[in-house]
Amino acid sequence: MSIELKKVSKRFVENVVLDGVDFFVAEGETVALLGPSGVGKSVLLKHIIGLIKPDSGEVWVDGQLVPTLGRKELAALRSRIGYVFQNGALFDSMDVFDNIRLGITDEDLYGDKEYCVQRVKECLRLVNLPEEVGRKFPSELSGGMRKRVGIARAIAGKPVYLLYDEPTSGLDPVNADIIDSLVERLQQEIGVTSVVVTHDVRGAFRVADRIALLAQAKIRAVGTAEEIIASRDPVVQQFLERDLEMAVIQSGMAFQTPATRRGAGGGGTP
Amino acid sequence: MRPFTAALDLRRYVGRWSLHSASHAGRFFFLILDLVRGILEWRIWLPRTFELTLAVGYGSLFIVLLVAGFAGAVTSLQTGYQFTGQLPLYVAGGVIVESMILELGPVLTGLILAGRIGARYAAELGSMRVTEQIDALESLGRSPVTHLLLPRILAGVIAIPALVVLANAFGIVVGYITAKSSLGLTYADFEFGARYFFKPLDLWYSLVKSYAFAGAVTVIPCYIGFNTQQGAEGVGRATTQAVVASSVTILMLDTILTKLILGTAK
Repeated sequence: MSIELKKVSKRFVENVVLDGVDFFVAEGETVALLGPSGVGKSVLLKHIIGLIKPDSGEVWVDGQLVPTLGRKELAALRSRIGYVFQNGALFDSMDVFDNIRLGITDEDLYGDKEYCVQRVKECLRLVNLPEEVGRKFPSELSGGMRKRVGIARAIAGKPVYLLYDEPTSGLDPVNADIIDSLVERLQQEIGVTSVVVTHDVRGAFRVADRIALLAQAKIRAVGTAEEIIASRDPVVQQFLERDLEMAVIQSGMAFQTPATRRGAGGGGTP
Repeated sequence: MRPFTAALDLRRYVGRWSLHSASHAGRFFFLILDLVRGILEWRIWLPRTFELTLAVGYGSLFIVLLVAGFAGAVTSLQTGYQFTGQLPLYVAGGVIVESMILELGPVLTGLILAGRIGARYAAELGSMRVTEQIDALESLGRSPVTHLLLPRILAGVIAIPALVVLANAFGIVVGYITAKSSLGLTYADFEFGARYFFKPLDLWYSLVKSYAFAGAVTVIPCYIGFNTQQGAEGVGRATTQAVVASSVTILMLDTILTKLILGTAK
């Protein structure tokens, strides 16, 4: 029930996005994949679900080598994975109810209308949305609501793995907090193995058991929040200084970042 | 050095173009393969096909009949201009009926629908691709080919031949009315001329063309829309490419089928 990428490389024309990346998520664990925008975090996530094939390396999910799976095996694996897209990727020709219902990947259950109604209601409740939202179309929803409907769709099929692609990007701090709480709560309530791709350091520290930082096509650091903060890698320090300071300003929380540590010694950012 | 650099550039250009073409050919082949495989999953595509057939059929009926009506009227007027006083009037009946069935009905309908249905399919699928809706469908373990492409293509393949038949009939009726009012052609003369030149093969030819054009109007835009890249600009480019490619394919198929069917019948 784990996710593992071994020496995965991927390039688009001349742009090397992943260069021999190793990445591991244990069963029941939540790992946040941090990194600046455009660094290839979503590309890594799409390798896990088989939407992108690596140029070289191995992608193992649930004991299966994803790039070699046939159509049926891949569809079966995907039915065990919930994927939350960056902008929701809701089907705009369907209302919220049908969008979430489409997440029920078991064909027999999908055909059982009574079950679907109950399951959609349950998913809406899990993401703190009222039942009436089910009759609305995606175009009628706010950004935060679209994200939550995206999460509801991802969990409708009772997945074993949940992959979140920038669940808080484009949201104001209050809505981002709501989504972070939701990710945390879902982790506790349904106990799935999760990967959260984000560039929001504060959110990553809050929801993840471990954090990996992707920069310059490589995983530069992996560890708990404390280990990441303590990292002496200049790329990690630079990323944390820039983003964590912003997070601290926004939240008023006093994280011990490399910058704040230097500030305590005098001459740095207070 | 300059001729050498130019030769190298030309080789690079030809090489890239060849790779690009081969990649498209491969992807198109695999798409067709997926479409054929998807036919078995009829529970998924059948309900959506009905909805889309009605939408495509009813939605296009007005413009198709309008164009067919004008085509029938113009054919009638031009026949009068060219033949009055030189050939018996009943010939006009034959010219109107044969022109509509053999060429104007299928080709004009195909070209109109390339703009209407082809552009719609490419834009819809292109938007779905760039907003990750197609990826979302795949991530749910569902086939985009069965859910999105097959219903669209089958709806076109059902609706377009029906629209061509209606366009043929409407164009002939309007052509007759125009000939009657402008040339004084009687119904008896019109019917005689129409029957004199008509062969059952003409109807089959028209129908075969309509199915071929239906394929061009649906499969090509679906392929182009499905492979859209690069945001809103990409959707715009895909839509334009879809209309141009399906229109050119219609004209090419028109020539090929005419040679194959009518060329061998004589």
